[in-house]
Amino acid sequence: MTSKVTRTGSMSRRRLLTTAGAGAVLAVSPFRIKLVQAQEATIKIGFPVPLTGPYGAEAQDQVRAGQLAVAQFNDAGGLNGRKAELVVRDDKLNPGEAATRTLELVEKEKVNFVVGSLSAAVQLAINNVTKERGIIFNSISQSDAINEASDFSKYTFHEALNPHMTSGAVGRYAFAKFGKKVAFLTADYAYGHEMVRGFLEVGKQFNIENLGDIRHPLGTSDFSTVLPRLQALKPDILCISNFGRDQQIALKQATDFGIKKSTQIIAPVLSHASRVAAGAQAFEGVIGGSSFYWGIEDKFASTKAFNDAFRKMYDGKVPTDYGALAYGGVRAMLEAVKGAGTVDTDKVIAALEALKYDYYKGPQYYRKCDHQSVQSVLIVKSKSRDMKNDADVFEVLSTEEPNEKNLRTCDDLGHKS
Amino acid sequence: MAGLSFDLIALQLFAGLALGAIYVLFAIGLSLIFGMLTVVNFAHGAFYMVGAYVGLYLISLGGNFWLCLIAVPLLIGLFGLAVERVLIRPLYGRGIDYPLLLTFGLSYVMVECVRIAFGKTGYPFDTPEILQGAVNIGVGYFPLYRLFVIGATAVVLLALWLFLEKTSFGLIIRAGARDPQIVRVLGVDVSRVWLIVFGIGTAIAGFAGLLAAPLQGVIPEMGGTILAEAFVVTVVGGMGSIGGAVLAGLLVGVVVSMTSLFAPEMAKVSIFALMAVVLVVRPQGFFGRAGLLS
Amino acid sequence: MTERAIKQPDTTTVGWYEFATRHRASIAALVVLIFPLAMPFTALAVNILIYGLYALGFNLVFGYLGLLSFGHAALFGAGAYLCGIAVVHFGWPWYAAIAAGVTGGFLIALLIGVLAIRTRGIYFAMVTMALSQCVYYLFYQAVDWTGGENGLRGINVRSIDLFGLRLDFINPLTRYYVVATFVIAAFFVLSRILASPFGAVIEAVRENEMRARASGYDVTLTRLLTFVLSGGFCGLAGALQALHLSIVPIEIMHYETSGLVVMVALLGGMGTFFGPMVGAAVFLVLENLVSLWTVHWQLIVGAIFIACVLFFPTGIWGTLIARGRR
Repeated sequence: MTSKVTRTGSMSRRRLLTTAGAGAVLAVSPFRIKLVQAQEATIKIGFPVPLTGPYGAEAQDQVRAGQLAVAQFNDAGGLNGRKAELVVRDDKLNPGEAATRTLELVEKEKVNFVVGSLSAAVQLAINNVTKERGIIFNSISQSDAINEASDFSKYTFHEALNPHMTSGAVGRYAFAKFGKKVAFLTADYAYGHEMVRGFLEVGKQFNIENLGDIRHPLGTSDFSTVLPRLQALKPDILCISNFGRDQQIALKQATDFGIKKSTQIIAPVLSHASRVAAGAQAFEGVIGGSSFYWGIEDKFASTKAFNDAFRKMYDGKVPTDYGALAYGGVRAMLEAVKGAGTVDTDKVIAALEALKYDYYKGPQYYRKCDHQSVQSVLIVKSKSRDMKNDADVFEVLSTEEPNEKNLRTCDDLGHKS
Repeated sequence: MAGLSFDLIALQLFAGLALGAIYVLFAIGLSLIFGMLTVVNFAHGAFYMVGAYVGLYLISLGGNFWLCLIAVPLLIGLFGLAVERVLIRPLYGRGIDYPLLLTFGLSYVMVECVRIAFGKTGYPFDTPEILQGAVNIGVGYFPLYRLFVIGATAVVLLALWLFLEKTSFGLIIRAGARDPQIVRVLGVDVSRVWLIVFGIGTAIAGFAGLLAAPLQGVIPEMGGTILAEAFVVTVVGGMGSIGGAVLAGLLVGVVVSMTSLFAPEMAKVSIFALMAVVLVVRPQGFFGRAGLLS
Repeated sequence: MTERAIKQPDTTTVGWYEFATRHRASIAALVVLIFPLAMPFTALAVNILIYGLYALGFNLVFGYLGLLSFGHAALFGAGAYLCGIAVVHFGWPWYAAIAAGVTGGFLIALLIGVLAIRTRGIYFAMVTMALSQCVYYLFYQAVDWTGGENGLRGINVRSIDLFGLRLDFINPLTRYYVVATFVIAAFFVLSRILASPFGAVIEAVRENEMRARASGYDVTLTRLLTFVLSGGFCGLAGALQALHLSIVPIEIMHYETSGLVVMVALLGGMGTFFGPMVGAAVFLVLENLVSLWTVHWQLIVGAIFIACVLFFPTGIWGTLIARGRR
């Protein structure tokens, strides 16, 4: 009995070794084959976006627009016949999940590039994974941190605007028009702080008086306890620096408290989807920044072409701001591949750095030191009457043309020239 | 930051009590279900959210807000009855973990079903015409609708109190909460009592959701944030104590409000700090029975 | 055992359960070795090991001690943050960083434990949740150390140096086996603890507090020690998570992370040795597969969860064991 057990034991150990050996071979071989094939295979672009969670609708639009860019590239013959493919993954708006999914995209799907994200924290997580593995990542959501030297790498690109650019543009527009007494309501996290920093920097040029900055926790569903305080400050301008649901509720409740009667509310970013979700009443008269609005198609041929292609592919829908960023991000990637004539990382980086492009909103280019896309900022005002259709939500008040002066300097960001 | 006048502090206190009323309304159903059934209803936030969506849907069909005030609690209460009958009842006697986990799973299902039916983005929910605008309450302006919510909460509390204290059915419910065994021996069908209590609790959750909709719009995730706050209220007040929930709800509202005045970024954590302090000092909360569920 | 042998003298026809029990160690090692091949991708396999370890630590309190904690995210997160901070801010080598993570788990567990251990039942769940929210806030606000909402980035460990051997930590399979080594070691330590006299005291406290006290055991101290031990396991899991993903998101301390581990432990089978690992594997694989197929994955996961509570209250592993014993 005893000997039998030992024998079974040793047998199982031997079997175990064989299996482990087979496993190792299995693990290694597909990898090798893929390396050889890599030259001919499709060009894969990993695309992690938050399909589930509060920004699911925006993410859906990102996927649609990304797919449009890929379809156009393929229809035009690809890279000498090599087709591109968008590998979409749900990052659930969670940086941990995003890092895991990016590892999957890089290690298993063997993507050539990554484009995506819809939150500051998520893009920084993706960036940390891709830069370590030498994969180009083009971020299509806002953050100031991604431009800074500590997070930046030569593989990092930023197609979206950053908080400094949007709040700067909105501040320059509003501080000149509505008064000097300014109060702030800010979501207490990096993105909120970055927006306020942008406002204050611009405010120096206009000699604004800072009445105070009330910082609310992220994910606040009731602002009734901070609004009386803000009202008592009697500001000319109230800067609401938050995003998504926080912004929708803050604007709705500020309206209820009657703050709009004596105060102009401005926001660094007004997103199309947020305005639709919160309704015309809550956003009425609010002025803010935007990277894109479909309505500028009268002004730019590229916008018209993009809108028309999008409408054609998705039965008459117009693209939103986040969709447009995804289109720009993916298309820039693919055009750079075409320009470089290869998917070789260093050559594509060089091609991206050299790119002067106008795909959906007028001229843009990536600044050399931090790979930030230098681009225009739209100043929009939310409409509450004379709307032609559901998508007619903003009126474009002015456009701040692309200018490197409006970005933080390379020195400020810690890049050594 | 300047501007700390008496008026502001008074207004702030009032805003805290008004916010507290919303917490009370939401927590009361949770507390009722826990106190009577010892079920920790993790789907309470989902019932609240569904209440708001049902209201939205009824209004889009041509109903008005006042009609919804009656219809929504009825519909959500009926839904609650079905949930108790089918899902919760098999779990009685298995300890508190199982109903808690079941309702946790249920909240996932409910939120996702709403996402499928109504989409992932939220909708605006207009304040009824005659409740729009702000009124002067002596120390400053306050939205009329929020005053209405305080009134509605008071009405619900009064009705609940009358029902529990002054009707014979209320007596059975209270007895069932003390000692279900004895009540059963006396020939009362306890499972029917529990069914109805669960229905009432969820109906109040749906009602609270409807009332919250004009304050913040509707979105599938709206039940998540308030659930944590409601747990704090229920626990601080003493699990299962309705009077405790009222007191704790108002207290939490005032604590949030005062924190917002002096350190607004700590508004959210302040309620958890409050709960930690209360529980470390007095583990059963204000009015909770000691040793319950140990 | 002898009774079995008499009934079934022919060992070639023993049931799979007997076979599995006899070769438990080999089978477990085998499973861990070939596991990444069976998974959709290696990073997921690593996550499963890590969440399994996290659930294992949680199960020590939930399953063996009988206390439902809703604040374990603080222990898991503290491990991750301390490990990450050690690498990013102090440039410590990987082994020291892991040690820092484990220490972080111990310390936060001690802090929460001292305050919460006197409460029982649902109150224990609520106190631990409240305290872990306070810890969450502390880490959220310490932006200079933790990166705040943006998360802690830059935990970039490229290679694991061991006795002159250099392992490429970027390589997914190597990363898997390095993590697996720690997880197996943790399993071994836990099984020794459970088999020790202290393990018997833990279960005695769960089964009958009065009797344990009457037998001269310090019930409160036992509870506290177990909670702190649990913090060590969760801290280790957190540290491995930080090294694996090279970031620490603030979400790691959110109460949803606390809820997740309750779910995982229950799904696998509370109070069983391998249950938490099985639960982590089933949950994460399911979530991964369903979310590839539909954006409505929460519907499926929620429904499966309800079904588990209704029909498999002892969890997947618990049910399997019960079937096997029959």
